[in-house]
Amino acid sequence: MTDWIDIGTLADIPQRGARTVQIGGETDIAVFRTGDDQVFALINECPHKKGPLSQGIVHGHSVACPLHNWNIALASGEALGPDKGCTPTVAVRQEDGRIFIARPEPARAAA
Amino acid sequence: MEFQNNGETDAGAEEQLFVPTDDVREHLVVIGNGMAGCRAVEELLARDAVRYRVTIFGAEPHVNYNRIMLSPVLAGEKTFEDIIINDHAWYADNGIELIAGDPVLAIDRAAKTVTSETGRVVRYDRLLIATGSDPFIIPVPGKDLPGVITFRDMKDVDSMLAAAANGGSAVVIGGGLLGLEAAHGLTLRGMKVTVLHIMPTLMERQLDEAAGWLLKTALEGRGQTILTGADTAEICGDGKVESVRLKDGTIIPASLVVMAVGIRPSVALAREAGLDVGRGIKVDDHMVTSDPAVLAVGECVEHDGNVYGLVAPLWEMCRSLADGLIDQHSGYKGSVTSTKLKVAGLDVFSAGDFSGGVGCEDIVLRDASRGVYKRIVVKDDRVIGAVLYGDTADGGWYFDLLKKGENIADVRDLLIFGQAFASGGGQADPKAAVAALSDDAEICGCNGVNKGKVVACVAAGNATLDAVRATCKASASCGSCTGLVETLLAVTLGDDYAGERAVKTMCKCTSFGHDDVRREIVAQGMTSIPEVMQKLHWSTPDGCSSCRPALNYYLLCALPGEYADDQQSRFVNERMHANIQKDGTYSVVPRMWGGITNPRELRAIADVVEKYDAPMVKVTGGQRLDIFGIKKEDLPAVWADLNAAGMVSGHAYGKSLRTVKTCVGSEWCRFGTQDSTGLGVQTERMTWGSWMPHKFKIAVSGCPRNCAEATIKDFGIVCVDSGYELHVGGNGGIHVRVTDLLCKVSTEQEALDYCAAFVQLYREEARYLERTAPWIERVGVDYVKSRIVEDETGREALRARFLYSQSFSQDDPWAERATGANTELHQHLQPIAIAAE
Repeated sequence: MTDWIDIGTLADIPQRGARTVQIGGETDIAVFRTGDDQVFALINECPHKKGPLSQGIVHGHSVACPLHNWNIALASGEALGPDKGCTPTVAVRQEDGRIFIARPEPARAAA
Repeated sequence: MEFQNNGETDAGAEEQLFVPTDDVREHLVVIGNGMAGCRAVEELLARDAVRYRVTIFGAEPHVNYNRIMLSPVLAGEKTFEDIIINDHAWYADNGIELIAGDPVLAIDRAAKTVTSETGRVVRYDRLLIATGSDPFIIPVPGKDLPGVITFRDMKDVDSMLAAAANGGSAVVIGGGLLGLEAAHGLTLRGMKVTVLHIMPTLMERQLDEAAGWLLKTALEGRGQTILTGADTAEICGDGKVESVRLKDGTIIPASLVVMAVGIRPSVALAREAGLDVGRGIKVDDHMVTSDPAVLAVGECVEHDGNVYGLVAPLWEMCRSLADGLIDQHSGYKGSVTSTKLKVAGLDVFSAGDFSGGVGCEDIVLRDASRGVYKRIVVKDDRVIGAVLYGDTADGGWYFDLLKKGENIADVRDLLIFGQAFASGGGQADPKAAVAALSDDAEICGCNGVNKGKVVACVAAGNATLDAVRATCKASASCGSCTGLVETLLAVTLGDDYAGERAVKTMCKCTSFGHDDVRREIVAQGMTSIPEVMQKLHWSTPDGCSSCRPALNYYLLCALPGEYADDQQSRFVNERMHANIQKDGTYSVVPRMWGGITNPRELRAIADVVEKYDAPMVKVTGGQRLDIFGIKKEDLPAVWADLNAAGMVSGHAYGKSLRTVKTCVGSEWCRFGTQDSTGLGVQTERMTWGSWMPHKFKIAVSGCPRNCAEATIKDFGIVCVDSGYELHVGGNGGIHVRVTDLLCKVSTEQEALDYCAAFVQLYREEARYLERTAPWIERVGVDYVKSRIVEDETGREALRARFLYSQSFSQDDPWAERATGANTELHQHLQPIAIAAE
């Protein structure tokens, strides 16, 4: 059973941008909206030096980390190109213009 | 118009249970006389013409017409009669009873009856709900005013035609398929039309940004005003519509407002009857609802989580429904949809999933001179999506490949050129295709150069692209035929061709270099990032983190006061107006003019440090104070406090003028020759807020001892007894570079004028992210002297352009944010509701 949390509308997120959401004191979740209005959610930390991915430039279905320009695939959280690393993804869905993300499992931090 | 009232069941027969005695067949009652309801009946009759007795209820007083053709009716291209699908004779010939203009208001599933508005009660054995969808009305004040209509049925079209007869202005809210078709029709009917679209690009559900931009440009060319990112606040008027007010305060006069923001499945009837309803009426693969006696079809249903608002899925659903009704179950498997905009002369096609994603590859073809954009999305050697603009001839072919899931590996290289080319067999090699062109085939449309001329030019010894461009002009203008010319070079020279140009491209998204792009932006008068990407054949849909900030800067520089800065193409620091640090917090540097401060500013800074618990405050190399560890949420409040003490943004975060460092000069220093602090402050007042290719530092030293280190700055002024030495192109970074002496001037005003001219030359000619030091090494200091020192008229023009540009850029970005602009940049989204699933 997934707990879906309504976090707002598509219009709340700038196209080719991101907003963050805080749920239950866990690490911020970055919710991205791409140029084609797809929505993705990742833990808001670059696998490299924990840069806030939500502040990066979103292009295609990737985001460039604002700290050192690592490119991260939004769908998988994987670093692209020569860089290696992966940011955890968060399940997200759109319904009637609203965006829902899956409540992260509390044990995730320990894992 | 053609109200049909069957005499047998006249409208006065209230509360009568209508049970014919002479027909013992199962009774199929259809709620909805639209495209889905009637098509379902047609499909049923084709399979078994006699098994069911059929009654159709319609809310509209019409026979069945083709709703998607309302747009051509509005546009005057067709009449209502042209779009009728089934006339009265069809109902009569098939023994169907049509009850038009009398909507069903209730379903009693226990008694198996439906009750209509006039009180007619009809018993059913099987019920088919085909209520379609309702237009969505945005809940703004004034939505109920006379003159506000939707675009859904013939009545709406009649209202629009009546309004258009009086001329005047119309506002269409919604830049999707329906809204644009309404706008097109109203424009043809002589109204002045403004389209308001809340999203940044038109038809964003069907088109990507590039195609959306082309469409917007084309519609604007037809006289429509298109406002994207336009959020309607209110429809104003006293007793009738007079204007529309946007949230940003813009007021648009209008005597007619058409709401075309979207549709919602019409499910009220089904919900009240207790049927299982999600977004639509839930049905299984045979279009059966949660009640086995009740079926539903069309836009009102939800199948496997999907709701469809296009016509093609209806046909597929109706087939499965009819198969089920005659107990030969086939099963509906969901639909892949394609869209075509029905606006004469504009060819727009989209199908499938063009949103990309993991494992997806884009094949993009842009032909700027023909206004063509094609994008095919391929995954695992199969077409999964397509967007076509300008040339949709192959839309059907791509859609067919997509639906059939055909493996396209063999034709992949030629796929984008269309079916004729890809299936041509013998021309599988693009080079061979070019080689096969006849000598009089046009290569460069801009300059009218045919293949024969290009080949002759190459054969005469012009072995590079640049040489060809210089000699015969092929690809020297818009550049769209560059690929063809390079292929011709390769074909003509064979192994002697040295390959593509040595010029480094801007990034992997384009084959153009920075200088080419800048030149074309100015030459072609381009005004937006999507336009540049289209006209210069970008190979990615929306660029990358290298080219977007560069294009944003080039446009900003070329069009001061006109270009709308694209925030999403800016690096984080420039978007947040602060410097991001490794822990994700920000540092804040208020401007201290010429490095001079006072108690009020110092107190305000001290207060901010304490109030927001900043862990560190540090004196910078640029003679000001940097407050570290500010959270993004606190930035607007910090700025408000600093603004209150008279301080503005220091732009320590931007590719922009940073600081003007000074020494104390003649005012205090016993060696000082001129007022270096005063000149520094004047220089900073003139140059602050300007966006540059890279960061830009200035210093003013009061004597040749040069305490302000002016000879490692981008622009340095060293005061001497007889005047001011002006130095350029210094850098204290990884590669320390001492400035070149530009010239010596005798007055402060000259120093300021030369400074403005130099900054503008750098702004206009350096490449993005190129500091002055490498720029000057590239172009040579003599070139800079020739433009700034030797060409007085040119210098004056550069200075004038800089000051003009500055008249738009000296608003403190902090003040705007501190007073509440863009609060979303500083706040988290608020989760609002929790639903377990």
